[in-house]
Amino acid sequence: MIEFEIFGNKDTRSGFGEGLHELGKSNNEVVALCADLIGSLKMDAFVKDFPERFFQAGISEANMIGMAAGMTIGGKIPFTGTFAAFSTGRVYDQIRQSVAYSNKNVKICASHAGLTLGEDGATHQILEDIGMMKMLPNMTVVVPCDFNQTKQATLAIAEHEGPVYLRFGRPVMPIFIKPDAEFKIGKADVLIEGTDVTIVACGHLVWKSIEAAKVLEAQGVSVELINMHTIKPLDKETLLKSLAKTKCVVTAEEHMRAGGLGDSVAQVITTEFLVPQEYVAVNDSFGESGTPMELMTKYHIDAQDVVDACLKVIKRK
Amino acid sequence: MFLPLNLHSNIFYMETKDLQNIASQVRRDIVRMVAQVSSGHPGGSLGCADFLTVLYFDSMKHSNAPFSMDGKGEDLFFLSNGHISPVWYSVLARAGYFPVADLGTFRRLGSKLQGHPSTDKKLPGIRIASGSLGQGLSNAIGAAETKRLNGDDAFVFTLHGDGELQEGQIWEAAIYAAAKKVDKLIATIDYNGRQIDGDVNDVMNLGNLAAKFTAFGWIVYEMDGHNIDEIKATIAKAKAGAGQGKPSVIVMKTEMGKGVDFMEGTHKWHGSAPNAEQLASALAQLDETLGDY
Repeated sequence: MIEFEIFGNKDTRSGFGEGLHELGKSNNEVVALCADLIGSLKMDAFVKDFPERFFQAGISEANMIGMAAGMTIGGKIPFTGTFAAFSTGRVYDQIRQSVAYSNKNVKICASHAGLTLGEDGATHQILEDIGMMKMLPNMTVVVPCDFNQTKQATLAIAEHEGPVYLRFGRPVMPIFIKPDAEFKIGKADVLIEGTDVTIVACGHLVWKSIEAAKVLEAQGVSVELINMHTIKPLDKETLLKSLAKTKCVVTAEEHMRAGGLGDSVAQVITTEFLVPQEYVAVNDSFGESGTPMELMTKYHIDAQDVVDACLKVIKRK
Repeated sequence: MFLPLNLHSNIFYMETKDLQNIASQVRRDIVRMVAQVSSGHPGGSLGCADFLTVLYFDSMKHSNAPFSMDGKGEDLFFLSNGHISPVWYSVLARAGYFPVADLGTFRRLGSKLQGHPSTDKKLPGIRIASGSLGQGLSNAIGAAETKRLNGDDAFVFTLHGDGELQEGQIWEAAIYAAAKKVDKLIATIDYNGRQIDGDVNDVMNLGNLAAKFTAFGWIVYEMDGHNIDEIKATIAKAKAGAGQGKPSVIVMKTEMGKGVDFMEGTHKWHGSAPNAEQLASALAQLDETLGDY
């Protein structure tokens, strides 16, 4: 029986807020910048306790990213905070030149990613950010799956030298990663061991995949679930080991099909170990207003979509 | 006549004539560098030769032995209009940051001297990439904020093209620097009035630049970018006036292509290199004071 201990329900952005606050206490070089979204990013505690290390950039994301790059000169570790849409698309050129090409130790922390931002609609629901960020040389891309893991990831990226994109979100979701779990950038978690199909998921789709695995288990299908929290560098070793066993894969993400986790996995399987793959992702479409869960259903990134994709891919073996 | 600098250069006193001689050699370097690869940006580079010479050989406290990325205790310089890399590379080489012979590798495959300045090839003196315009002021503000946190009272200098001010990010940064009292920051605008497509006034008129910066809360200075003594005095004045809660900007009047008669008075040499005949004509106008690379 697939069972997970649940440690309550929280949003991943609050995990970031707690992690950042802890870094404030433990690492004097950590500074934080925000573009007028302190409350949304849950940066309040850091701002209150470390005001001299907090920089309010106003609604000027380009300047914020450029400043963060400059702040590394002299040894600071800047964490920038705004919505994912404004952390990436709006400032792509600044990230490309000042951060990635210059290889600066900037942590771009992006909340409200994907459809689950909800009612604000498509202007804010970025579904292309993982693709944009993973294409940049020197950039590490981390998409943690729940509150605990987002906190652990926030602490871990401070120790990693180099540019990082950390993606998290708004909806309240179950917490199923242990509070004391080890988080290692680039080392995926095998959350469920199985033999019939491998699901590779990130972010909120990890919980949806757990729900799917339970449904499939009841139908006699044995699922192996990999929480691929680091999209770049991708943990090929864990992926290939699982595929050797199951011989098929479903990728699940709150992102566009093009350029996301699924494409990263596809690159590995087409070049190293060819097996059938199905995508659970948004298919070349903008989102719209609605509740997070309504949107996941409508845009086919819900647990049922993961179930359907698993059954389909197993038939293609 | 001078040696590479081992420590903070401003402990040495340079006569005006010495600085003029350096600037003349820098101009020779610029035209030779762009001519040898038939590409690059000589116009703005020639126009900023006097300013960068004064900055590195007189005004800034800096060290090349060894070059430190963090630059703690040093004045920092950010070239925001990265396309005038030839002048920066020449000044850095002549100031001893790397061998002058390396200028001969400019824009060639595998060179540390990329078309636009970058850090990936580890060229001493460069702290961040520039080329895509409008980012250097933000970078400099970040560096200045870090200096403030580190209790480091050194200055941060920048240089921008006037056309570059058409980028919106410049004005985001301008608001920030004034609002947050980033006051050890001295930006300079290369006000030559020309950009790739023509005169700035025709492409997109900037209006009254000094008034704009004043309205944004900056201390504004103006100077002739080809008068060595005036450049020295203006930077000294800006440094003396800093630390009072306001950022400073120097609007520097220059002539694009300065020192090479056929490159002056036009925007055409913004991004074009001279041919062999034109190079010979240019070099005949510029004294070889320190020995060509």
